Amino acid sequence: MTTLPYLRIQRLTKKFGAFTALDNISLEIAEGEFVCFLGPSGCGKTTLLRAIAGLDIQTRGRIEQAGRDISILPPTKRDFGIVFQSYALFPNLTAAKNVAYGLENTRAKRAEVAKRVRELLDLIGLGDHGGKYPAQLSGGQQQRVALARALATSPGLLLLDEPLSALDAKVRVYLRHEVKQLQRRLGVTTIMVTHDQEEALTMADRIVVMNHGAIEQIGTPLEIYREPASPFVADFIGVMNFVAGTVVRDGVVRLGRVELACEADGLTPGSEVTLAIRPEDILVQDVPGPGSQPNALRARVDALAFLGSFFRADLVGDALEGMLLRADLPVDLVRRLGIAEKTTMSFLLPRERIRVYPGSAIHR
Amino acid sequence: MRRPARRIGTLGDVVVLGALAAYAIPFFWQLLTSFKPEAELLRVPPLLPSRLTLAHYRVVIEQSLMPQALGNSLGVATLTTLLALVIGLPGAYAVARLPLPGKRLLLLAIVASTAFPQIATVSPLYLLMRALDLRDTWAGLVLVHTSFALPLTIWLLAGFIREVPIETEEAAAVDGAGLLGIFRWVVIPLLAPGLASTALLAFLFSWNEFLFAYTFTVSGASRTVPVALALFPGVFEVPWGDIAAASMLASVPPVLIVIVLQRFLVRGLVAGAVKE
Repeated sequence: MTTLPYLRIQRLTKKFGAFTALDNISLEIAEGEFVCFLGPSGCGKTTLLRAIAGLDIQTRGRIEQAGRDISILPPTKRDFGIVFQSYALFPNLTAAKNVAYGLENTRAKRAEVAKRVRELLDLIGLGDHGGKYPAQLSGGQQQRVALARALATSPGLLLLDEPLSALDAKVRVYLRHEVKQLQRRLGVTTIMVTHDQEEALTMADRIVVMNHGAIEQIGTPLEIYREPASPFVADFIGVMNFVAGTVVRDGVVRLGRVELACEADGLTPGSEVTLAIRPEDILVQDVPGPGSQPNALRARVDALAFLGSFFRADLVGDALEGMLLRADLPVDLVRRLGIAEKTTMSFLLPRERIRVYPGSAIHR
Repeated sequence: MRRPARRIGTLGDVVVLGALAAYAIPFFWQLLTSFKPEAELLRVPPLLPSRLTLAHYRVVIEQSLMPQALGNSLGVATLTTLLALVIGLPGAYAVARLPLPGKRLLLLAIVASTAFPQIATVSPLYLLMRALDLRDTWAGLVLVHTSFALPLTIWLLAGFIREVPIETEEAAAVDGAGLLGIFRWVVIPLLAPGLASTALLAFLFSWNEFLFAYTFTVSGASRTVPVALALFPGVFEVPWGDIAAASMLASVPPVLIVIVLQRFLVRGLVAGAVKE
């Protein structure tokens, strides 16, 4: 059985004067999916959300929702609820009236509206606060009222524009969980815009990483983290070592003085590449074995910083020819092996954990 | 570090109070004059009147143009304020929100138009009034006052509208409200403080305006308070006591309005000064 995508975006382009905010974006989202648009500010993620909402109509391209072409429909004619970054609650209306606003515009019966509002306020755990004005609610509560307002008309699509960014850290983490649970329970297709990678990684079924108005990569959080498609994605999400290397032959690159096996085919021998490896993927060669173990590297711990749940080690050495690798080492391992600054030892760069990108574009 | 700052604070308070008192002296002198018996008006000792009299007020109310002028002023200023807001609000909304071509230029032109000295436009406007047969009518004054109050109204309201988060309007639009619904249920409630201060400024402008009111009016049918005040002095004498009493009466309506609106005014006049 082939399921049609619930939302299909085809070759969407949005220009503001000479500036291209969205460049030929195509994307499909399945029903019930939780998708995050992730990227730095100015990458076009909010513009894309606003195009889907009909608040900023695209310059070119097509948007279909549930098989219906909604490309040029005004927001009212589309089927979605939205939570804005600033919540945009009506300050002159109580929480309950805020939630009821959209329902009243549908000319629903008064008793039905009241029932639905009560239901929604209970759903977000603010059943007793319906009579309060937004200014009398905390940031987290305002955010939840905005969520209830967005869900009031039971829309097929829920759009969240950085809904948690204005909250303090603790509330944010708590609400992440709440929003995700709620989305699961209601099964509403949801798109959330965020610049917070942790938010995207913990909440999304799929992440759309954007940069300069284009999609860099689409994938599950694990795929995005483990197999970043470009140096940009690798750098934007998590911590990544970038070092310069050269292609020796298929499947082998040279880093400093060592040759490393890696999964890279089809690159011209002798061409420059960028190698990327996550600090936590660098392993200590526990049992001193023969120095010729594949992908082993002798290096000296130049600095060792305790970061609570792990140690971050700066690795240098002759083999690295002045380059620096950061390795995250488990606390118990550091204690057990007595690793300290100036310790020299062997480290392993596992073959399947090394990413190879063509070109010597090392940023930072 | 706190002590010197506080001492400067206290000193500052004294200076401010002193300045306020200095500004208030003419007003209180006027108040005093309005209750002084005729004979003591132009003699300096005694500084304070030997007895208080309501004679000046009786003259003003019973024998002068003042009661009629107060009615005219209230009518003209109220209508001017309403008209300026009714026309100015949509105008300001358009300037603040809609993608108009040449918006900056338009706004600049609106502001620049306030730079025209009133005296330069009196003659052409007089001819216009005569042609339209609007001399000595409320309608004529309301039109002229509105046209002069509008630039400020639009300018101020556009600023206040820009401070209404556009997302709030979008949220209402998403929830199915039309443009008028958004205006009625979102923009106007959020704009209340701004509307109040703008209305007050328009009202005071019209209330205090003298030149046009003097030029375009002929009789008690439309003479406003400033004109009536100016007509008090006779050929042989200046009735200072009566003028003082009339001025006091002229101050009552604006002061009352400020008191009624003050809850909004403070919010409106400092809006945008600090990030909320």
